Amino acid sequence: MCRLALKSADTPFSPYEILTAMEAMQEGYDGSGLGLLLRGVGFTDFNYRPDQVILSGIAHTEAALQRLNSLMGARGYELKYDHAMEVDSSLIEARDRFKYLIRVYKVPNRDGLSRDQFEDQLMQTRLALRKDGEEHGGDLTVFSFWPDVIMIKEVGWPLQIGNGLGLNDDRIKARVIMAQGRQNTNYGINLYACHPFFIQGISTMTNGENTAFVPIKEWLIGKNIPGYTGYQSDSEVFTHILHYVTRKLHLPLAAYKHVITPLKTEELDVHPQGDFLKGLRTSCRRLIIDGPNAVIATLDDETCMLVMDHKKMRPATVGGKPGVWAIASEMCGIEAIVPDRDTSLDFQPMREHTVIIPPDRKELVIWSQSDPFTLPQAA
Amino acid sequence: MVSVRSIYTTPSSLTYSDLPWIIQHREDRCTLCGRCTSVCPVQAIYLTYRRQRMPKLDILQKKRGNEYRHFVGIRQRTNIEKKCIGCGMCSMVCPNEAIGPVPNSNEQRALFHLNQKGEAWKRGGRRNMPGRTTLDRIVFDRISMLTDPALDAGRHEFNLNTILGRILPPEEYIRRHTAGEWIPPTREIFPFVIGSMSFGALSPNMWLGLLQGVAYCNEVLGIPVVMATGEGGCPPWVLKSPFLKYIILQIASGYFGWDEIIRAIPEMQCDPAAIEIKYGQGAKPGDGGLLMWFKVSKLIARLRGVPEGVDLPSPPVHQTLYSIEESVMKMIQTMSMAFGFRVPVYPKISGSTSAKSVLNNLVRNPYAGGMLIDGIDGGTGAAYNVSMDATGHPIASCLRECYLDLVAQGRQNEIPLFAAGGIGKNGNVTQNGMALIMLGASGVHIGKYIMQATGGCLGNEMGRCNVCNIGICPKGITSQNEKLFRRLDPDDVAQRVADVFMSIRTEMKKIMAPLGRSQSLPIGMSDALGINDADAAKRLQIKYIC
Ligand code: SF4
Ligand code: SF4
Repeated sequence: MCRLALKSADTPFSPYEILTAMEAMQEGYDGSGLGLLLRGVGFTDFNYRPDQVILSGIAHTEAALQRLNSLMGARGYELKYDHAMEVDSSLIEARDRFKYLIRVYKVPNRDGLSRDQFEDQLMQTRLALRKDGEEHGGDLTVFSFWPDVIMIKEVGWPLQIGNGLGLNDDRIKARVIMAQGRQNTNYGINLYACHPFFIQGISTMTNGENTAFVPIKEWLIGKNIPGYTGYQSDSEVFTHILHYVTRKLHLPLAAYKHVITPLKTEELDVHPQGDFLKGLRTSCRRLIIDGPNAVIATLDDETCMLVMDHKKMRPATVGGKPGVWAIASEMCGIEAIVPDRDTSLDFQPMREHTVIIPPDRKELVIWSQSDPFTLPQAA
Repeated sequence: MVSVRSIYTTPSSLTYSDLPWIIQHREDRCTLCGRCTSVCPVQAIYLTYRRQRMPKLDILQKKRGNEYRHFVGIRQRTNIEKKCIGCGMCSMVCPNEAIGPVPNSNEQRALFHLNQKGEAWKRGGRRNMPGRTTLDRIVFDRISMLTDPALDAGRHEFNLNTILGRILPPEEYIRRHTAGEWIPPTREIFPFVIGSMSFGALSPNMWLGLLQGVAYCNEVLGIPVVMATGEGGCPPWVLKSPFLKYIILQIASGYFGWDEIIRAIPEMQCDPAAIEIKYGQGAKPGDGGLLMWFKVSKLIARLRGVPEGVDLPSPPVHQTLYSIEESVMKMIQTMSMAFGFRVPVYPKISGSTSAKSVLNNLVRNPYAGGMLIDGIDGGTGAAYNVSMDATGHPIASCLRECYLDLVAQGRQNEIPLFAAGGIGKNGNVTQNGMALIMLGASGVHIGKYIMQATGGCLGNEMGRCNVCNIGICPKGITSQNEKLFRRLDPDDVAQRVADVFMSIRTEMKKIMAPLGRSQSLPIGMSDALGINDADAAKRLQIKYIC
């Protein structure tokens, strides 16, 4: 089973902090990998500005790095900062890691581009790099290319990877960090199959198994939306569904839960928006998830979200205090991240809940699926 | 003594060992009550006086002579029209277990003579092909409980229902909802639908029993079962009743019964579940419906608006139209309009290599509410044997192909596909249905299985009974003869309908729980399927397992 941890704090902190917290959750877990996503980032040796774009990934060979350089150059991205990790390769299991990429680029002039067009361009660049790597025997892996987002994925025991990549040197800090401690050992190991997953500023990680994966994947692929590819893991669809609901259907975040685990007809009969939601459930029927899952998401504005599967078959807890909050698959994870909180306020969401840590981090927002939500379009 | 040469035989003279079923009668047990001979639907057996000669030789008197014993016996007729159909009613009524049919394991010559007077063999039932079907061989092999907490089929909540009707893509749904525009009607129904069997094909008691059972499933058990009528309309009291919402009304090429339906529209208390436009039937593709004269009773004649006692063959196609594309388009639109665009309308076609072209027309028709494909193993009340046995396309690959075609277009959620034809042929109704659902069907229609399980139909695929076409159904299921259908108590049928759907519901959960599915019907979950036949696996794009 995966171990998941998320911390969101007003004061930026080191990713190493999360890795040590994950040690608390090690019981009954295979510690086969690490996936990290950082938002609200800062570097000690570079003054990062959020209009710059960060590329995260791994160049497995020198040739791949050169191809990356020329591809980025051809697209007009100007390298501003190349974060050099202090790698101790004796602590890293994999041998084919030529260079870990955390690079900041200045974007070419975007006059005349709408926000959507600009964001599509960023995604197309990431997809082009990924494709380039896949066409060359997988020698280039790109996790994200987005403002204010860093992603790191590696195989091995999380803390050991942290040591191996020198994450304890405090040279990178962030306000929001998602961490996941497992490779997809259910199937062949593939770095792209490791949570968190990312598309256009939206990221999710999941603790569980999505048994409705194949029909959902087939439907998403059929939409022909760029970026809806990959699917090396059954959990990647959670990210794409969140993207689809908020970015393509332009529905509020509260609608996500109604799409992935809709209410029963009897429950919708008494819901203030029951009529709309019944239709939405029917239209989005292929996006209903199944199996035990706790889905943790973060968005561009540093909003964090936690939702459960409809049977609450997976554990997940949220706890904290104003200014610092944690979400973890195990209670001891929360304890390790925010020890000095009021534990009586820890919250374990049930099947109907959506828990939100808003960007101001003042207090948790908890929505129930039976509550009405604002639906500007359909008002 | 009779001289052998004087015996007259015709080419079609048969003896009992030439017949498909041979009657075994035990005279030592028989009390000559006569029940078997009176129940036999085809008069295959008769009570007869016989005389037995017992040679007598009196040595002392030096006399030879005979003594004769007279007795009453039961014999099997050997003329073709009275051949035993193996229904087993004689054994069912015999108080002494003295009589019963046994299948003739030799090749049986009757088959060469079933076409007397140039009439090709017509019958009821379905394809005579016994043995496990492709569907029977599919197993559900992706057991998720090995990696996850297991679902409990007994205690957890399962969403088993499906959707019938046109479904808009989410973007278009939200746009129309916002703009207050028309949204196509959909119904949330149980995925096992009682397939179309007409009021005419079925006896009034069978029909009433089914309807009672369906109402009970909906209103008491909470299982939203719907049933289709088949061609020939619906009794006016049903049309004007609140039960109409459980009924799919069929319109077929003979348009029988539609006068009554159209006239009843203003008085309907609720809308029907859906309208099914029949273009074809799996058991007899390219052939219209057929209600033989035996079954056109006074009531049926009135419902259908025809004289009593005449054959009612429907034309193979909807006559008024020029091409199937045009027909499907215009009829779907017309029927939608007749019911105020509040009722899903969908076509039923026979399984065929050309099913995909109909489907692609439907995709482009914004009013089409689904598509039902009926495979070659579908049943029928009356058809030519050659159509049933040799014409059509098995459902599994036809359905799968259509589904994958929709997947390739990203439209698999928009047009729900329903599958029919041989589901539950060997009793595995839930397993067969769920296999089709995971191959891509939104639901399945079951007809013959329902007759067998709820009415006690005796027919099988070894040629047993199968006389549904001539109104002599010994169980009273497919007869309009009151003496026969009063054998069937509608309450008993209703009870069996409830039994059947309760057990299907349980079995669905037993299949879904280990797969880790409970939130929605696993439509298209082909990763859960395996079959021990490499060719079938390849064709269906599922796993080969052995
Ligand atoms: S099995 Fe049926 S058809 Fe044959 S003799 Fe008995 S009752 Fe008649
Ligand atoms: S029992 Fe009735 S319905 Fe069944 S095969 Fe015989 S005639 Fe047909």
